[in-house]
Amino acid sequence: MEAVIVIEHLFKSFGSNVVLNDFSLEVGKEENVVVLGKSGSGKSVLIKCIIGLLKPDSGTIKVFGENIPDLNHEELDRMRTKIGFLFQGNALYDSMTVRENLEFSLRRHWIDFSQQKVDGLVMEALENVGLPHTVEMMPAELSGGMLKRVALARTMILQPEIILYDEPTTGLDPVTAREIDNLILKLQRKYHTSSIIITHDMNCVKNTADRVALLLDGKCYAQGKYAEFERSTDQHIKQFFE
Amino acid sequence: MAATNFSLMKFTANVREFFGETGNLAEFTGRFFSTGIKPRFELKELFNQCYLIGYKSLPLIALTGFIMGLVLTMQLRPSLVTYGVESQLPVMVGIAIVREIGPVITALIFAGKIASSIGAELGSMKVTEQIDAMEVGGTNPFKYLVATRVTATTVMLPVLTVMGDAICLFGAYIGVNIRSVTSFHLFFTQVFHSLSFGDALPAFIKTFFFGFAIGIVGCYKGYNSNKGTRGVGNSANSAVVLSSVMIFIIDLLAVQFTDILGLN
Repeated sequence: MEAVIVIEHLFKSFGSNVVLNDFSLEVGKEENVVVLGKSGSGKSVLIKCIIGLLKPDSGTIKVFGENIPDLNHEELDRMRTKIGFLFQGNALYDSMTVRENLEFSLRRHWIDFSQQKVDGLVMEALENVGLPHTVEMMPAELSGGMLKRVALARTMILQPEIILYDEPTTGLDPVTAREIDNLILKLQRKYHTSSIIITHDMNCVKNTADRVALLLDGKCYAQGKYAEFERSTDQHIKQFFE
Repeated sequence: MAATNFSLMKFTANVREFFGETGNLAEFTGRFFSTGIKPRFELKELFNQCYLIGYKSLPLIALTGFIMGLVLTMQLRPSLVTYGVESQLPVMVGIAIVREIGPVITALIFAGKIASSIGAELGSMKVTEQIDAMEVGGTNPFKYLVATRVTATTVMLPVLTVMGDAICLFGAYIGVNIRSVTSFHLFFTQVFHSLSFGDALPAFIKTFFFGFAIGIVGCYKGYNSNKGTRGVGNSANSAVVLSSVMIFIIDLLAVQFTDILGLN
């Protein structure tokens, strides 16, 4: 399988706190890799390094063959059109309507799009997540699950080839969490995206993972299919299933 | 002994924090000049900020300016009456308003309204990851959020000061007419006859620096906000305090500079 993300020997620390310690991982085309780990294990730091929000101390993060830490600002902006990022707290612009939230990135990357084309893309993105009626609403008027769906629509609107999900189901009830999992799979099939999903929600892992990687002590401790993890006798893996 | 050591350590830590903060603010200002004012310009957002920062502040500036002119005139009158120079009241208030009170009071009111608002807005965006979301979406948040706001405060404060001065002078005219009768024409003729180029221009120029300081401090505090909602509150609060102090420092430097140039 062709690899779209190749992370090798990644190190990242904050002062004396070593978060990533020789972490390596590959993600194949159209593959969903779930990175599993305890709270504070560095999962979010990992995907923030991939998107270029944090600079690693050393190591390489190659996305479509380009090493992210070596890219300048313009190159990084161009690369980011190919990578979507779903924030744990959604990070919708709270002073803008849902439409403006979705249009914001679109208008900046495709400035020559007509308003009709932009409207079409906005509605398509909202229909994908089942919320076309929220287009003129403010984020404060939406429920937690709706916010997550709108954030997902905003992530998808540029039709990225890779999506990084930061704890997509955290804070949601089991039914809504299941709906988000299904939405992730539906959008992956529709747009043929590759994903890294950061979570410690085992239902999310079970529903979405093609492959699971366990982040422990800053390293990729183990990798495998969900079923292999479920059968594992390793103490560090077993504790996630207890 | 232990108490002295503790005080010394605390003092050293405070000094270090002060210089660290000053260095970070200088670096932030440098970033504004190195990246913030280069294309691509966020013109739509700049005009939006000019509207929000400038136009929306006008009623407050007008109200405080009017009251200031009125009060200043009523406070000055008894002293001038004592020395028998009541007729010089328009001259006194005119010079005081145009040279010092207008620019400084307008800047302080502006700092209270705008620096806190920018600090809280950007601080809130920072802690809810909206700034990161902007960056991930391929928009340079420094250009979009910081450069536009700093430019808007720099451009709009001088405009507001000119308007504030005019309204303050009108307040002074009303103040003069409370105890005596002076025509509008006579009052403003006396005011403008007493003012020279050296009174108006340095006062006008320093408002650009006031506006820049208010914008950069508000943005710096908001952009570097942390520690959740308390951090947002601290950002808004310290943005007002620091920008107010900077207004007085710039004012002090401006008066020294105009003195050197012989404009005083």
